[in-house]
Amino acid sequence: MSDPLLHIRGLQGYYGESHVLHGVDLDVFPGETVTLLGRNGAGKTSTLRAIMGILRRRQGTIRMNGADLLRTPPHRIARAGIGYVPEERGIFASLSVAENLTLPPKVAEGGMSLAEIHRLFPNLQERAGSQGTKLSGGEQQMLAIARVLRTGVRLLLLDEPTEGLAPVIVQRIGELLRTLKAQGMTILLVEQNFRFASTLADRHYLMEDGRVVAEIRREEMAGKMDLLHETLGV
Amino acid sequence: MIPLLGIPTQVLFGQLLLGLINGSFYALLSLGLAVIFGLLNVINFAHGAQYMLGAFAAWMLLNFLGIGYWPALVLAPIAVAITGIILEKLFLSRLYRLDPLYGLLLTFGVTLILEGLFRSLYGTSGQPYSPPAMLTGAVNLGFMVLPIYRGWVVLASLVICFLTWFVIEKTPLGATLRAATENPTLVQAFGINVPRMITLTYAFGVGLAGLAGVLAAPVYQVSPLMGSNLIIVVFAVVVIGGMGSILGAIVTGFALGIFEGLTKVFYPPASNIVVFVIMALVLLVRPAGLFGRER
Repeated sequence: MSDPLLHIRGLQGYYGESHVLHGVDLDVFPGETVTLLGRNGAGKTSTLRAIMGILRRRQGTIRMNGADLLRTPPHRIARAGIGYVPEERGIFASLSVAENLTLPPKVAEGGMSLAEIHRLFPNLQERAGSQGTKLSGGEQQMLAIARVLRTGVRLLLLDEPTEGLAPVIVQRIGELLRTLKAQGMTILLVEQNFRFASTLADRHYLMEDGRVVAEIRREEMAGKMDLLHETLGV
Repeated sequence: MIPLLGIPTQVLFGQLLLGLINGSFYALLSLGLAVIFGLLNVINFAHGAQYMLGAFAAWMLLNFLGIGYWPALVLAPIAVAITGIILEKLFLSRLYRLDPLYGLLLTFGVTLILEGLFRSLYGTSGQPYSPPAMLTGAVNLGFMVLPIYRGWVVLASLVICFLTWFVIEKTPLGATLRAATENPTLVQAFGINVPRMITLTYAFGVGLAGLAGVLAAPVYQVSPLMGSNLIIVVFAVVVIGGMGSILGAIVTGFALGIFEGLTKVFYPPASNIVVFVIMALVLLVRPAGLFGRER
């Protein structure tokens, strides 16, 4: 197998005095879709925030394409080729849809053009002048994903993209992620919706108490259902 | 001359012009304060002192280096902006995670130091600064005589306010600034250097104060206390307009200047307090200000 695009070893993370990550180990290889599964508070979102430098107090190793992200200032991490779609989407209320879409700077060549994005998400073109937060939840999620696709990133970090959305929208997001995967995008997905994640991912990392407790390949899923049920309560 | 509402038009329009002049300075200064508060969440009490620094920089350029008004209009704001960068980098940047009160206290301290320093160097009496030759004299408009320099001040502040509003509300740079005001952490995660943006925004805000100081130098005397005479009213303007609101700062600045001018015509004893009465009323009805949003 090739070298991992994202390589994390012994990641410890802290919010103030609170120790939230207790030695996370994971790898994401180019072109893979990998999910972080786990209950609330397992450390999934904190892992993504640690990668992006939003969780400032962290120790261990985080490498993106060989570059040491722990030594990279937070504003340069995206330039390593990482696009972050946060929990609750992070759409800016004071910006229009078009402004939200063009806000993140390009970090590399090869991102989608606005025309391609509008073809993929026609609603974003129709409502370009509307306030970003006036969109429906599903449209906001599409906008949150679309704006990082413009930037030419190689790795997408998606934090609960289906949270609070209607089944038909969840299905559309699933289709979108399959399209991106087919185009070679590497995706690290945090999900509570196990059914959604299980159809998309090549591998799953099961997290509990701020660490990875199991790695499950797609083909191993059937044999690990008891473990999944026990850990996730699904 | 035909009286209007029982007031001679020369008097009425003369006071309106004075109101517009004051309004121009209120707008320029409150605009800088709004920009700074919006992104840094810092109540920049040093704004009045930085306005004074701008006026003194123009005066020093002229008296020590023989550099006149037009170059000073560019050089003095840049000099004040550089002092702002130093202040932000050395001190303010350490306070962002704390209550805004700490920023207020720090900048209040800076004000006392700057004013004390200039008072000990130049005393409290003002230094004269003449307008440039091409802006001296007056034009008779028929209903009033308009001193050209004062007309220039109003025009220049309108243009600067419009340009600032335009950049912040209508350009990609402004969109980034607004986004960083809302969620700096996420903007940084997108690859934008937010700490540098904060420093430059502070420099721009205090540069605006410096520019207002240069514009004010020929209108008022250049004196160490010229900022503190103005800053309390300017804070009232910012509160009425809505803390951090760009449009609010501009509209309220000009409107309150005119309102103050009209009060001088119709009921002079109230002219010094009318702004504060309006502030109290606005706070009762709309605590976030006329153009502000609840935080």
